[in-house]
Amino acid sequence: MFYRENGQFKGNYSADLALFPIAQDRWAMLAFVAIAFIAVPAFASDYSFRAVLIPFLILSLAALGLNILVGYCGQISLGTGAFMAVGAYAAYNLQVRIPGMPLLLSLLGGGLCATVFGVLFGIPSLRIRGLYLAVATLAAQFFVDWFTNRMKWVTNDSSSGSVSIGKLEMFGYQFDTPVQKYLLCLTIVTVFGLLAKNLVRGAVGREWMAMRDMDVAASVIGIRPVYAKLSAFAVSSFIVGVAGALWGFVHLGAWEPAAFGIDKSFQLLFMIIIGGLGSIAGSFFGAAFIVLLPLLLNYVPHWLGLNLSTATASQLEHMIFGALIVFFLIVEPHGLARLWSTARQKLRLWPFPH
Amino acid sequence: MGFFLETVFGGLMAGMLYALVALGFVLIFKASGVFNFAQGAMVLFAALAMARFSEWIPQWLGFDNRLLTNLLAFAAAVLCMVIVAWLVERLALRRLVNQEGITLLMATLGISYFLDGAGQLLFGSATYKIDVGMPKDPMIVLENTFPGGLLLSQEDLVSALIAALLVATLSLFFQKTRTGRALRAVADDHQAAQSIGIPLARIWVIVWSVGGIVALVAGVIWGSKLGVQFSISLVALKAFPVVILGGLTSVPGAILGGLIIGVGEKLSEIYLGPFVGGGIENWFAYVLALAFLLVRPQGLFGDKIIDRV
Repeated sequence: MFYRENGQFKGNYSADLALFPIAQDRWAMLAFVAIAFIAVPAFASDYSFRAVLIPFLILSLAALGLNILVGYCGQISLGTGAFMAVGAYAAYNLQVRIPGMPLLLSLLGGGLCATVFGVLFGIPSLRIRGLYLAVATLAAQFFVDWFTNRMKWVTNDSSSGSVSIGKLEMFGYQFDTPVQKYLLCLTIVTVFGLLAKNLVRGAVGREWMAMRDMDVAASVIGIRPVYAKLSAFAVSSFIVGVAGALWGFVHLGAWEPAAFGIDKSFQLLFMIIIGGLGSIAGSFFGAAFIVLLPLLLNYVPHWLGLNLSTATASQLEHMIFGALIVFFLIVEPHGLARLWSTARQKLRLWPFPH
Repeated sequence: MGFFLETVFGGLMAGMLYALVALGFVLIFKASGVFNFAQGAMVLFAALAMARFSEWIPQWLGFDNRLLTNLLAFAAAVLCMVIVAWLVERLALRRLVNQEGITLLMATLGISYFLDGAGQLLFGSATYKIDVGMPKDPMIVLENTFPGGLLLSQEDLVSALIAALLVATLSLFFQKTRTGRALRAVADDHQAAQSIGIPLARIWVIVWSVGGIVALVAGVIWGSKLGVQFSISLVALKAFPVVILGGLTSVPGAILGGLIIGVGEKLSEIYLGPFVGGGIENWFAYVLALAFLLVRPQGLFGDKIIDRV
């Protein structure tokens, strides 16, 4: 009843094709962004920024990138961690090797390097698909793991193999406190979220979806497979690369190759399966879910007075993740995002059944 | 020359283990079209079960006989794997019939996470020993032909023998028994098999059980060599390039692919590694498989199931 759209008439095509055609959505989204920018920094604690909000934002950015590739273009990838690593290390190298390199440019430069790498490993997708492609992307993962471990110049010849970032500064503005870092991430995520949303509803996005649904039919109606697939790889790995650079620069500050291991790849894949394949909002839902679940598993037994060891907790977490993946694939293949849209559909009619 | 041959033998032995894990994949893929990402987790689960049962059974029953203990533990572990197979069919596969390959792949990823967690929760997550009485001493052969002779590990030889025996048993089972014929029929065509009255659900349980038993054998061999711990489940990541190389549906392909990758890995590490900084074992198999994919997408002996894009 609060979600009724009668009376909202559209006078022209652009109004019909707007990002949020329904006024309630528009206002809700604006309110949401306003809360994220104004209310959250005012009330959240430093701990919640460091442990929850910043990882959530960066991981949802990475999930967004992966969702473009897997959810929208149907090219499964198990090498997301590698693309994040390329972004992070490239950004690091730009930062230390070029004196006076602006932070924003090195973040975007990291993304560009990841794009090149992504397109390179996307080339096999022109010849193979499905399960075989999954293995090909695993190759990217292992290659990057090895490369960042063994090639000394990648880590600027650091003896321990780990790298660390100095001060974060952009336009003469320092990002020291968690709140400032949070706002930096939030801005980038918002911009990328809007760009991605616009991209997937435009011609490029429809090409990707046609490719995903049936590539033979897509090429019959004049979509170039090479262009569609490689552009999906490029856009996806650009976003994932920027997310990787943010993860290293903003969240971790100092990291070693293990930070971008195969576990990260699987984790991101789980995010988009649980959140919703082929949905921008789903990437955020999935990231929130996966960031919050371990915390929940830590706190709930504590409240109930049970004492779980950390090992048991992490094993339980594994089991719950695994079970949830299967559950979602069986019950709701479109993930939390679909649950949300079903709820919205119901709200439009509520309280009348039809 | 002697060193080269030693490397090759070492590679062959390692390859035999990869082949064993890959064999589990191929069996399951053939009969149900599922690319089983959980094979590695199954190896870990089975090996953990075997290790812990062989520790617990003497305590429960109060006797100390290694052969009997190991036999009982093996039986118990087999039972565990059958239960896992049944649960997988009941809870996951049955409800995912007719879904795309990618969905099934992701489902097995979930199963793999679940098994990793469940195995360690049930059986503990430390490093355990499996002692099935494998000979540990290395032996030296062909002393006359090469200076210093060839250093071979007896343990490796025995495990290769066990693996060969397993493959022979499996192929007999597939060729000669009624169930084996039913399995092959299902592998060929699900619908046709179903229409002549082969119960698909039961076949899947059998295939996953056989996959579990193969995983158990691989886990026991691997575990008695290096101990049972979490890293065992990573062996499976080696088995992917093996099945890609050999062809997803071919048992001989899995074995030959395993051997090729085992040998190629060791040789490349020793002769190519020093030039690029070493440690290339981790990705060499993948790059080899990837290069092979571009030339011959169906693998060495695989069916031509990939349509050219």
